[in-house]
Amino acid sequence: MSIEMRHNGYDNLLDAIEDGEGYYLACPEGHGSLPPRRVCPECGSRDLTDEPLPDAGEVVAATTVSVPGPQFADDAPYVTAIVDFGPVRLTGVVRGTDDEPGPGFVVGVDVEETATEGERVVTFRPR
Amino acid sequence: MANVRIAGTGMTAFGEHAGRTGRDLFAEAGIDALEDAQLDPDDIEELYYGNFMGELAEHQGHQAPLFAEAVGIDAPATRFEAACASGGTAVRAAVQAVRNGEADAVLVGGTERMTDMGTAGATDGLSIAADDLYEIKAGMTFPGAYALMASAYLDAYDADADDLAHIAVKNHDNAVVNEKAHFQSAITVEDALEAPRVASPLGLYDACPISDGAAAVVLTSESFAADHDLDAPVTVTGTGQGTDNLALQDRESLYRTPAAETAAETAYAEAGITAEDVDCAEVHDCFTIAEVLATESLGFFEPGEGLTAAKDGKTTRDGSIPVNLSGGLKAKGHPVGATGVAQIAELTKLLAGTHARSDALDDPSVGIAHNAGGTVATATVHVLERTTEVDA
Repeated sequence: MSIEMRHNGYDNLLDAIEDGEGYYLACPEGHGSLPPRRVCPECGSRDLTDEPLPDAGEVVAATTVSVPGPQFADDAPYVTAIVDFGPVRLTGVVRGTDDEPGPGFVVGVDVEETATEGERVVTFRPR
Repeated sequence: MANVRIAGTGMTAFGEHAGRTGRDLFAEAGIDALEDAQLDPDDIEELYYGNFMGELAEHQGHQAPLFAEAVGIDAPATRFEAACASGGTAVRAAVQAVRNGEADAVLVGGTERMTDMGTAGATDGLSIAADDLYEIKAGMTFPGAYALMASAYLDAYDADADDLAHIAVKNHDNAVVNEKAHFQSAITVEDALEAPRVASPLGLYDACPISDGAAAVVLTSESFAADHDLDAPVTVTGTGQGTDNLALQDRESLYRTPAAETAAETAYAEAGITAEDVDCAEVHDCFTIAEVLATESLGFFEPGEGLTAAKDGKTTRDGSIPVNLSGGLKAKGHPVGATGVAQIAELTKLLAGTHARSDALDDPSVGIAHNAGGTVATATVHVLERTTEVDA
């Protein structure tokens, strides 16, 4: 049920991560958020600037998905994790490790393709 | 503020209704509710209707007027969509309409048709309750999201995942006598622990089934109930709703549900009650961990203590606060848009003493309905109280 279209903001971020130049949006109060945003969700500031995404983050929580949706049918089982990069957190698929990582596991972020449909997906690999 | 009476309830059986249209399911529930209230469709002044994914499931949008027609109602009809809390938000709007004097008699209901989509199709459909860009495209499924919440909870409190199995066992056991339940069969802790994993640490028995079904209730003002000599002993005395960030990654905590805490605070304040006053609760246990988070948000247990409540017998039928006597979403089933309304229907019968599990309660007076959307980015809480007479 995926709809083929570009999502400005989100796809711009994935382009940047692919180029090794990931970023997040910061307000003057130091709150972080991810594009597309016009308003800081924390304080309401509309003064948002691009800041470099930290090079590495720590796993907050992870799960091994055995029953996937159709877009990830051939990827399963796979590990989904939420990773804390400091100002922002990202969700993605963990690759490059045999075991499901626990909290605190250090990873870097990249953009790769799904095995099922070759769609772009945020991935994390051990650092 | 006018009190709101529950004059009638109706539900289809929850389960597999292969090939039955949503309009037919809702017609059955709606007509049942009207007959239970001993009212005619012409008495109804508004329809408030909850549905999540009718467009995906049966290529049918704009369902409210169509489904009003199916019940024989010719009145303003509005659909509410808040993922799995679609029914709860419809109930809340209906309560507010009666309180405000905009309507004296309303039908509030919900429907979901899901099983014809198959497991993969329904998994895909349910996932759109999450953030499409930052969660779905990253491989997050609905069970996967709750698995992340469970994982974070277990890590935060250094807790044992096996304790979740006792919640599944309890809710299956409660549903054994519920003729509307999707599953009317008991399971053991071993069954739950040995079942295949869906998304670690959650297994098949930690998850509610994919169900078809519809539910409806008739709400009236006190004066309408008195004028029509209705048998309506249960009153909605509190309604609350809360909102959180849609994406889990944007929340401060993965193992707290502040939207439900806000909804409970509002509903309790309106009703003038505290958690200690509650005799029974129907909570949104789409996964076993969801019941844990719900009971903590409702104030029944301190954070970190809800996990073992079923194992310790606190939320079982003979416990201090029986939870999900209907079987909950876990065993009764979860036709998404119907769930929040079905909780009201079950609680009404529990408080009126006409439920198959009424013998678990000793003269109950206060019941709570907790309905959650997505990973609790939307939550509604309703307080129901039994009143002995209609005093308009």
